[in-house]
Amino acid sequence: MDMNQYLSMFIDESNDHLQSLNENMLQLEGSPEDLGIVQVIFRSAHTLKGMAATMGFEDLASLTHKMENVLDLVRNEKLKMQDFIFDTLFKSLDALETMVQDITEGGEGKADVSSIVASLQAIESGEWTGGTAPVAAVNQSPSTATPSAVELDEFQYSVLDQSIAEGHRVLYVEVLVSEQSQLKGVRAYMVFDLLERSGEVVKSFPTVQDIEQEKFERSFSLYYITTKEAQELEKGIMSISEIESAKVIQLDQETLQQMTNQAAATAEVEAAPVPAPVEASSEPSSSSKEEPKKPVATKTAAPKQAATPSRTIRVDIERLDVLMNLFSELLIDRSRLEQLASETGNNDLSDTVAHLSRVSTDLQNIVLKLRMVPVDTVFNRFPRMIRDLAKTLDKKIDLVITGAETELDRTVIDEIGDPLVHLLRNAVDHGVESIAERVAAGKPELGTVNLRAFHSGNHVFIEIEDDGKGIYRDNLLRTAVKRGVVTEEQGAKMSDDEVNQLLFAPGFSTADKISDISGRGVGLDVVKSKITSLGGNVTIHSTPGKGTNFSVQLPLTLSIIAAMLVRLGSEKYAVPLSSIVETAIVQREQVRNIHGNKMITFRESLIPYLSLSEVFGVPDFNDANEQETEIVVIRKGERLAAVAVEEFIGQSEIVLKSMGTYLPSIEGISGATILGDGQVALILDPNAFIK
Amino acid sequence: MEEELKVIVFKLGSEEYGIEVDKVQTIERMMPITRVPKTFSFVKGVINLRGVVIPVIDLRGRFSLPETEYTDQTRIVIVGVDDMQVGFIVDSANDVIDIKRDAIDSPPEVVGGVKARYLRGVAKLEDARLLIMLNLNEVLNKSEVVQLESIEG
Repeated sequence: MDMNQYLSMFIDESNDHLQSLNENMLQLEGSPEDLGIVQVIFRSAHTLKGMAATMGFEDLASLTHKMENVLDLVRNEKLKMQDFIFDTLFKSLDALETMVQDITEGGEGKADVSSIVASLQAIESGEWTGGTAPVAAVNQSPSTATPSAVELDEFQYSVLDQSIAEGHRVLYVEVLVSEQSQLKGVRAYMVFDLLERSGEVVKSFPTVQDIEQEKFERSFSLYYITTKEAQELEKGIMSISEIESAKVIQLDQETLQQMTNQAAATAEVEAAPVPAPVEASSEPSSSSKEEPKKPVATKTAAPKQAATPSRTIRVDIERLDVLMNLFSELLIDRSRLEQLASETGNNDLSDTVAHLSRVSTDLQNIVLKLRMVPVDTVFNRFPRMIRDLAKTLDKKIDLVITGAETELDRTVIDEIGDPLVHLLRNAVDHGVESIAERVAAGKPELGTVNLRAFHSGNHVFIEIEDDGKGIYRDNLLRTAVKRGVVTEEQGAKMSDDEVNQLLFAPGFSTADKISDISGRGVGLDVVKSKITSLGGNVTIHSTPGKGTNFSVQLPLTLSIIAAMLVRLGSEKYAVPLSSIVETAIVQREQVRNIHGNKMITFRESLIPYLSLSEVFGVPDFNDANEQETEIVVIRKGERLAAVAVEEFIGQSEIVLKSMGTYLPSIEGISGATILGDGQVALILDPNAFIK
Repeated sequence: MEEELKVIVFKLGSEEYGIEVDKVQTIERMMPITRVPKTFSFVKGVINLRGVVIPVIDLRGRFSLPETEYTDQTRIVIVGVDDMQVGFIVDSANDVIDIKRDAIDSPPEVVGGVKARYLRGVAKLEDARLLIMLNLNEVLNKSEVVQLESIEG
């Protein structure tokens, strides 16, 4: 069978499972006694194993299998979670991630995991010495009692009744798992898995959650609607190993009624001493002394169950791009239509076009929203990273994430991960003090790092705030002066925030040499330039002794930007609004020649004057012939430059387009956009104009 | 082996050229082209092809043939090689023919001024027409262009 078509699905789902495994492991680390989480982890690992085996990734499957074995001991309370087990399991997850990564890149998911497997095996067999003796196995005396009919509530009964009436096949299935079976839950799971492939389980006894947690003895029974033959099904179930017997009875309306009546009667008698839960999970024939277990099962399983069915689909990002392209064409046609309608003056036409405009505006919003992804997709790898980091640095750190549901365009999301990793590392490494220092400063041992995301206007803010030692102005300035970033006089005049900004200066990026004083500065200039290239900004506020806050401001999307359209002769260019300081008109005589460079005075400082028509060799315009010239003052960081153009057309939201791979990258041009009239206009890269 | 090849035929001057049909995405009439500064002289600029920005090159310029005015017959042949999309401006394009693979001979040493490395071969058709099969990968090869430019410039 050709598996390639399933590969991308496999990769996506594996990543999802790995993510959930990571998250749940972290949660479990917080409350190691919570077997409910172990169940969730086990299920994820189990599914992952199954998928990997089906796809033929043996290494992946065998490693998950080993993990599963360990987890199985834990959930059966034969083993207690401990640091060593956590570490090993986390290591396994890392290895799995590497394998899946390899598969994503076209490899076969092979990796040398022998040491991890050895550790897992040591844990499993109890040879690992660091641990306490396994908790005595809680074995319930196996009962051979076969439960008879299952009680149904009114709703379930009517579903079954109607299914029969409509000619569907309703089956009553009773399965007995072999006495030697080590993993009853897994066997039961496999039965359910098989059944759910070709029909629907209406009601099972015990409940599915209980079965999954092995809260049943050897047998379970269920009502099932399917199209399959009873015999065929029986054969299917029996083909699963460690199933001792499977009884499949086809029901008609009469037998169904008989069975339920009978069940209700027995249930009433049996349930008399203990008030039966409303959920109709009471046991008709076997003893009801296991009732107290119920709450444990539902408490942990229920919220997870509710969270899983998410109503989303995966869409290839390229298809969305095609949709965007088609849509921008539609917008171009729309503006043509609007123009035509106003020219012809036909009322009916104008009304229709006006309606079309409204609909397409709504549509545009939706199309843009399709590309929005919650920042969660980036944030979710941080808890794990912080855990590892804190462990290595021997600090205690609580990462508090808020606003993970805040949405950002996919293009920004893809780029923002690395800078955030940098900033978080910084906060943990240099911001939060060591435990001893914290205690000495009268702070709690546990340091807090807040990671916040929120919308504000047309921007998204992501803040990283620690409650560490903060930044000391004097230390920072001393280093800055020593490294030649500023002079002492300059430093003295700077405000505290300006001093903090020095951390982003390129000269500061040599980490180890300055980490002994204020600490920060690990490649922060790189962070800054990355964020700036995304059209964002980053600022620092710090209170010495109390902590530091890095605030990253990002545009909602990169694919649509506000720009100023300018004209030079017959050519139009777009200048990103984010880098425009202002526009102005200068007289010829204001342009001076200073050392061979054209400069103008702008707000009491001298800034370079650039002729765009000369730089780009515009054929039908040259500002040298103009007495008065329009200029756009652009900014790169603190530096300014004036760019001469012929005319301002106006401000507009433009959709960024790539120019394809054929053209070499052109200095001064960052891309192209399509204007309302269908023409292509090039987008200036202001950074290239200021050296 | 009678394997047949579908080929788009277009003209540059009096010569007829061919590109396999599966490399050609569409053939468009002339449309407004936005000049892109500071690039190869034969790159005429970029066009908006149904929402996608595509660079167009003048094939005459690419082959160092004299460039001519564009006419009603001028066409832009949009080709796609790997994930690269490029438009070729050609004098005319109006034919699709089937040729037999074994009718393609390897390129002769010198063919009408066009550098032989751009050619994949020459196909002999009935009525003594000669069809020059383009080697698209070479035509779109930029590194060679850069070299050429630096030598000439």
